[in-house]
Amino acid sequence: MMIGFIESGLNSVRGAAAMFPLQPPAASSIAEGVDKLYLALTGITLFFSVLIFSIIFYFMVKYRRRSDDEIAAETHTSMVLELGWTIIPSLICVVLFVWSSTLYVRNSRPPAASTEIFVIGKQWMWHLQHSEGPREINELHVPVGVPVKLTMTSQDVIHDFYIPAFRVKKDVLPGRYSSVWFQATETGTYHLFCAQYCGTNHSEMIGWVYVMTPTDYAAWLAGGEKTESLAEQGQRLFIQFDCGSCHVAGGGGRGPSLAGLYGKPEKLASGETRVVDESLIRQAILVPNSVHMPSYQEIMPTYQGQIDEEQILQLIAYVKSLGSEERNGK
Amino acid sequence: MSELAAHGAHPPGFAHQFETVGQQREAGRLGMWVFLVTEILFFGGMFASYTIYRALHYESFVTGSHLLEVKFGATNTYVLICSSLTMALAIRSAQTGKRKGQIIFWLILTMIFGALFLGLKLRFEWYRDYVDGIVPGINWAYNGPHAPGVQMFMCFYFFMTRLHALHMVAGLGVLTVLVIMTARNKFSPEYYAPLEISGLYWHFVDIVWIFLFALLYLIGGRYPGS
Amino acid sequence: MSTAQAVPAESSVNYLNANYGIKSWLLTFDHKRIGLLYLASITLMFFVGGVPAVLMRLHLIEPQGALFEPETYNKLFSTHGIIMVFFFLVPSIPATLGNFLIPLMIGARDVAFPKLNLMSWYLFIIGASFALYATLSGGVDTGWTFYPPYSSSYSQTHVVAVALGVFIAGFSSILTGLNFIVTIHKMRAPGLTWFRLPLFIWAMYATSLIFVLGTPVIAVTLLLLGAERILHVGIFDPAVGGDPLLFQHLFWFYSHPAVYIMILPGMGVVSELVTAFSRKKIFGYSFVAFSSLSIAVISFVVWGHHMFVTGQSVYAGLVFSVLSFLVAIPSAIKVFNWTATLYRGSISYEAPMLYALGFIGLFTIGGLTGLFLASLATDVHLNGTYFIVAHFHYVMVGGAVMAYLGGIHYWWPKITGRLYPDLWARIAAAIIFIGFNLTFFPQFILGYLGMPRRYAVYPAEFQVLNVMSSAGASILGIGYLIPLIYLTWSMRYGPIAGPNPWKAKGLEWTIPSPPPTENFTEIPIVTEEAYNYPVAELRKYSNTPGVARV
Repeated sequence: MMIGFIESGLNSVRGAAAMFPLQPPAASSIAEGVDKLYLALTGITLFFSVLIFSIIFYFMVKYRRRSDDEIAAETHTSMVLELGWTIIPSLICVVLFVWSSTLYVRNSRPPAASTEIFVIGKQWMWHLQHSEGPREINELHVPVGVPVKLTMTSQDVIHDFYIPAFRVKKDVLPGRYSSVWFQATETGTYHLFCAQYCGTNHSEMIGWVYVMTPTDYAAWLAGGEKTESLAEQGQRLFIQFDCGSCHVAGGGGRGPSLAGLYGKPEKLASGETRVVDESLIRQAILVPNSVHMPSYQEIMPTYQGQIDEEQILQLIAYVKSLGSEERNGK
Repeated sequence: MSELAAHGAHPPGFAHQFETVGQQREAGRLGMWVFLVTEILFFGGMFASYTIYRALHYESFVTGSHLLEVKFGATNTYVLICSSLTMALAIRSAQTGKRKGQIIFWLILTMIFGALFLGLKLRFEWYRDYVDGIVPGINWAYNGPHAPGVQMFMCFYFFMTRLHALHMVAGLGVLTVLVIMTARNKFSPEYYAPLEISGLYWHFVDIVWIFLFALLYLIGGRYPGS
Repeated sequence: MSTAQAVPAESSVNYLNANYGIKSWLLTFDHKRIGLLYLASITLMFFVGGVPAVLMRLHLIEPQGALFEPETYNKLFSTHGIIMVFFFLVPSIPATLGNFLIPLMIGARDVAFPKLNLMSWYLFIIGASFALYATLSGGVDTGWTFYPPYSSSYSQTHVVAVALGVFIAGFSSILTGLNFIVTIHKMRAPGLTWFRLPLFIWAMYATSLIFVLGTPVIAVTLLLLGAERILHVGIFDPAVGGDPLLFQHLFWFYSHPAVYIMILPGMGVVSELVTAFSRKKIFGYSFVAFSSLSIAVISFVVWGHHMFVTGQSVYAGLVFSVLSFLVAIPSAIKVFNWTATLYRGSISYEAPMLYALGFIGLFTIGGLTGLFLASLATDVHLNGTYFIVAHFHYVMVGGAVMAYLGGIHYWWPKITGRLYPDLWARIAAAIIFIGFNLTFFPQFILGYLGMPRRYAVYPAEFQVLNVMSSAGASILGIGYLIPLIYLTWSMRYGPIAGPNPWKAKGLEWTIPSPPPTENFTEIPIVTEEAYNYPVAELRKYSNTPGVARV
């Protein structure tokens, strides 16, 4: 009967563990590493908490006052103890710092050949744009086992793109691009949350991430409405706004040729050198005089108010497609 | 250690939470210095923001700075330095036991300089800026180059100088109180602490202006060859 | 020791009955009365800030929200945060216990600038009035962090009124800090050197440094935010070259040290309680004293750990991470020293001691969970989730509020001259401890599972933990109401306390309870160190009653 008792007890614990997970699914290449660190931190917290609680409890019982005029016994300050409990926690902190920083630095650099997807956050939804063309709202389809880099901006206030299962999170800011990368390791469906309070429907700015096998992903990309790729849409805008009248393809125009420009460091009129990346192109479209190049006149007009964030991304994709050091896409 | 001394043993202005006049004087001085440290942090937040934006938008800030007229800034700097001198002379008069008339003379002169500073700013700088349409949020009609950055510069210009002017006005209020106290014979060579610590405050406000003048009016160079 | 005072059984004239009438209270310069004015206002603000919390927890029982529209929920959490942080936690111990006790503990008649002290209270009241007005006329929905561009250009709520209230209350803090610094430097009794000071004074000194250096920065930050909102100029607006992250840097430059404003006084109180209720001097006095100062200094250079996921550079992240680990060490030193103080002590378990021990345990957990957040890789996952909420409630509520309650109970006899019923006090302490853990421990798990904070609705899988948390909150709420009842009761019906009911060391226990207005008829001369409790030599056994066992 005792054995039966223990067995049913264990079964309910197992059942409870299944019902009460303590962590989200580990579905990205970095998730396990983060979880290990989390486990270590939990272990240290538990260890020191239990240590302090038990010592206190022990002293509470052993040294409880037994008569009203009882006095304490003499103790002396111990330099050994003071140094000990200063140095040991410091060493633990050093270990934790090195461990977590190594993980963090490693996780901060996307691998070179990442699939690029663009994200625009706005109150209160996520617009996701694949380079090949398909667009999604509050849903993100990605292939498993392939690094994915997200380039993100906000159209209004600060948001935050958070996928708990991948252990990734990054603020999404207006007026600039931020990026985050991940490599999914398990197919499945995972939560997507906005994690920076952004107004009334902040808690409804959520969605789903669908990790698919490469075949399924290719099928998903190809299926649905036939859309132009991001670069093709950008080319249409380039023609529509007549950018080519100054940015002549072969050079010699009033503005620099854009062929092969992406990814190159360029010296600007202000003296600083900057790499031509997404942020620079965006700035050139919206505040041209802040990044103009020395050998050209400051005559580019601003397109603020005429071109929105999505169109800027399309133009950026087009410029990239004109030849660059890091050509991405499937 | 004495018991609570008879009232006559303490000069006017002695506060009974203290044990000696010396303690009170030291406490007053330390208090004013601590207050000035808080003021440094207060202005410091703005100076830090200004510095960051200036680094990010240097050209716009230079353009904005050239909208200000150095001659008025320089005159005002001179006026404030004079006011610090007259303030110091007022304190010195009290310290050396001069007649109250002399103390009041220097105090009033300090107030005149302070008022002159504010008057010059109001009439020749802020009013003109308003007419020219370069007051962000109130009358902004700037059409020149680097408009967003220039607006940022002018924002900081107005915030920082107005915050400073507010401190000047408070200083004038303090000086008025000091004049009244002097007229009522509150000060002597043994007790002139309020004059001294108000002087600290006044000098501080002066120093803040000097930093403002340098940072706001003089960036980017204005003369041939610079 | 100081000259003994002949004390009547019940003080004939004391600071409470020296003058009657509302004017004598509202125009008082007596630091003790000002402390009580603060006690009343802060207690009010605690309950004003607590009501939204109760409503929030009730609402979160259901995944789709049980009670409110998201708009209302957003206003509730914002109000809760703003009131609790700026109008309860920051002033709590400094303005009530600090004001009351600092002159008493250092043998002075009052603080250095009593009129400034009264002005501080009025500034607090004016600031609180603005905040309350804004709350009652529709509230704010920006969160207590007021991040632009939402707060500057998008929110349709009373941002400026609340920011103004916080701004004005900030000056209350600054002047209080200034007062304390000068008082501690210049008004210590003869013989009371720095290293003979009670540790509460060291803690209050360190806190005052932060008051004086940090608060002006948030004042100017709120000024800039208000200007942007009113004048529609773009200081933090990216469209005109502004930077919303600049606001965050300026905001957290104050708000991180601010959390140490909230915890350092509590640590000072715990040092007093642990020594008094084990009748022993503190273990490692100078270590605890210097830890307070180190925490205050280091607190100014860790603010970036609130911004690890904003896109700041990796290098900045590394620097802030290592400094954030560093700031944990002095706190650890204190916890170990308090624990060691208990060794071979003579320990009793009145309510103040229960609160102190609760503090040590809960602060240990809360502080260690801070390491999860100082650690870059885990912070990426945990930032913006309920883990953060659990962490700061452990240190602020499990820590600071428990220390505050412990201090109120410990010095209550000195303040009022009466004893409260200790049985009820212990029951309340136990209820608070249990309710607190049930409320906030599940939130650590919710955070790691990925539930973001400030969510009015949430995925159904998080419901069980949310319900647990809400159940705990109701218990916690009851726990907080109980002291309100018996402490009020004791003011009229409690037994007379006498000058030193706890038989504790400290100058405040050498004068009558309640103290006379001038505190000391004769300023004491101090010749001994702090917590100079009588001790029994080791290995000495005696039949004499009152000698310690070994």
